[in-house]
Amino acid sequence: MTRSVVAASSVGAVSPQRSLEASNPRYGERAIKAFLLFCAALSVVVTTGIVLSLLFGTIEFFQHVSVTEFLFGTKWTPQFANPSFGVLPIVVGTLNVVFWALVVAIPVGLCSAIYLSEYAPGGVRRVIKPVLEMLEGIPTVAIGLFALFFLRPLAEDAFPFLPWSTLHSVGVAGIAVGLLTVPLVTSVADDALRSVPRSLREGAYALGANKLSVTMRVVFPAAISGVIGGFVLAVSRAIGETMVVLLAAGNTPQLTADPTKSVQTMTAYIGVMSTGEIAFGTVDYYTIFAVGALLFVMTLSMNAVAIRLVRRFREVYE
Amino acid sequence: MNLFATRNRRDRAANAVFPALLLLGLSVAVAGLSGMIAWSIIEGAPRLNVSLITNGPSILRPESAGYRPAILGTVYLIGGVVALIVPLGVGAAIYLEEYADKTRWYNLFFELNIQNLAGVPSIVFGILGLAYIARAPLDLGFTLAAGAITIALLVLPTVIIAAREAIRAVPPSIREASLALGATPWQTIWRQVLPASFSGVLTGVILAIARAIGEAAPLLLVGAVVRVSRDPDFFQGAYTTLPVQIFNYSSRAQVEFQQLAAAGIIVMLGLVLLMNSVAAFLRDRYEQKW
Repeated sequence: MTRSVVAASSVGAVSPQRSLEASNPRYGERAIKAFLLFCAALSVVVTTGIVLSLLFGTIEFFQHVSVTEFLFGTKWTPQFANPSFGVLPIVVGTLNVVFWALVVAIPVGLCSAIYLSEYAPGGVRRVIKPVLEMLEGIPTVAIGLFALFFLRPLAEDAFPFLPWSTLHSVGVAGIAVGLLTVPLVTSVADDALRSVPRSLREGAYALGANKLSVTMRVVFPAAISGVIGGFVLAVSRAIGETMVVLLAAGNTPQLTADPTKSVQTMTAYIGVMSTGEIAFGTVDYYTIFAVGALLFVMTLSMNAVAIRLVRRFREVYE
Repeated sequence: MNLFATRNRRDRAANAVFPALLLLGLSVAVAGLSGMIAWSIIEGAPRLNVSLITNGPSILRPESAGYRPAILGTVYLIGGVVALIVPLGVGAAIYLEEYADKTRWYNLFFELNIQNLAGVPSIVFGILGLAYIARAPLDLGFTLAAGAITIALLVLPTVIIAAREAIRAVPPSIREASLALGATPWQTIWRQVLPASFSGVLTGVILAIARAIGEAAPLLLVGAVVRVSRDPDFFQGAYTTLPVQIFNYSSRAQVEFQQLAAAGIIVMLGLVLLMNSVAAFLRDRYEQKW
């Protein structure tokens, strides 16, 4: 019926039976689309590859070492003649670094973000934002070197009463990692603070509030989940940081809370194992995968929490 | 009771002190990180000469040792990374922005995966490289090629996210006009959307390169050896890159090596900051306003 109408209305046209479908199958277009789909699907391949490599390596590892020894043992000496595979010392080493990193990243990042979003004049903001972005791109080897050769001696001069003994110190390494995460915390928290609607601020001013009250009692509480999301991202970043801890925290797996001592973190263990000779198929080789799997699970859950926090906040106001 | 009113002198003092405190925090951040740059320049300056670039590493003569194989390694590595991330990253971004039906579960799954990969620690990519790229199925051995693929996968989310933003910024009216004139979807993308979003896409690629230059951790797992004196070959043999070589020098005790490491940092930071400034410049200069 429709076709006959089309045909009738196009009397005199070259083809009276013209359909609206493409006259040409356009295989080229389809091939391009298939390639683009492959590019997007590559992310799934990579994730699957990461999960499978960690999984198989970890399963192989647990053929040799019991799960309880790995998770609850307190001695990490895989390369000794009589090896012990308790992962706790290097997990605690990582948490130590995270703690000192947060001691720096939370106050410094938060102050910077509040200043940039609430107090800074437009000109200052336009200069500082790109500078912070650029500082975020500094290679971590550079920061590790700075921590080892500059911050460590500086710390000893500043706190001579602490029991400094080794060249490496987990406290100094943690502070350097914290410095590294400051731009990240600042930009996430700044985004969260700036997305608080103006009307909330204006409402508070109209009720007679001063700037400090508006900032700390209205804007900050409204943005709190995004700000905490930024902190969680910093934790995840600090857990995964390798070069700074490898250089500045040393490689002594020990259970300690002393910031002047050298510790080994999970990432530093993987790094150190791989700079030496790794013999394929040994238990040593599979420890890399077991520790890597633990690292992956920890950062993945942190990231999931952070994404949820940042997003939840957005949903309320946009 | 009024929660907010400025009641007394103490409140007024707090209002004056608070911004100063915030500014202090910001200064600590900027001073700490720029102090790091200043320290490397002061420490490494005595070694900034031609031999730093032209000489190979040496344990016996640290005062004349240099970064030649490391710099070549980085250049080759970045070449490989660029060859991979440009088609793959931009391709994924085009698919997700132009073709993907957002209601399909698999398209949402792709996005979720990219988001997650952006947060995976770099050393975990090294483990992937060790297990599947250096060994079977890709089986490239512990070579620069394996390193380049590992690093490319690591920085791919950066490129995809930036390219998507740039493509999304092109207004739909441009596409509609092109399609209405009879262009096919791909002709529309290739002749209208990509040229219009070019500077944004390029910015993403450059930022990814800047990140790739400084990555050392994953390379340790795919064969970057800490002592290489020969010029590298892409498909075979041991290699080293700038950050890996710096790491090697800095783990030696003598002061000369400390200087050498700092001088290497200057070279690397120079490259990275140059990249970042080019990206910032492109973004400001060529950003298209619709």
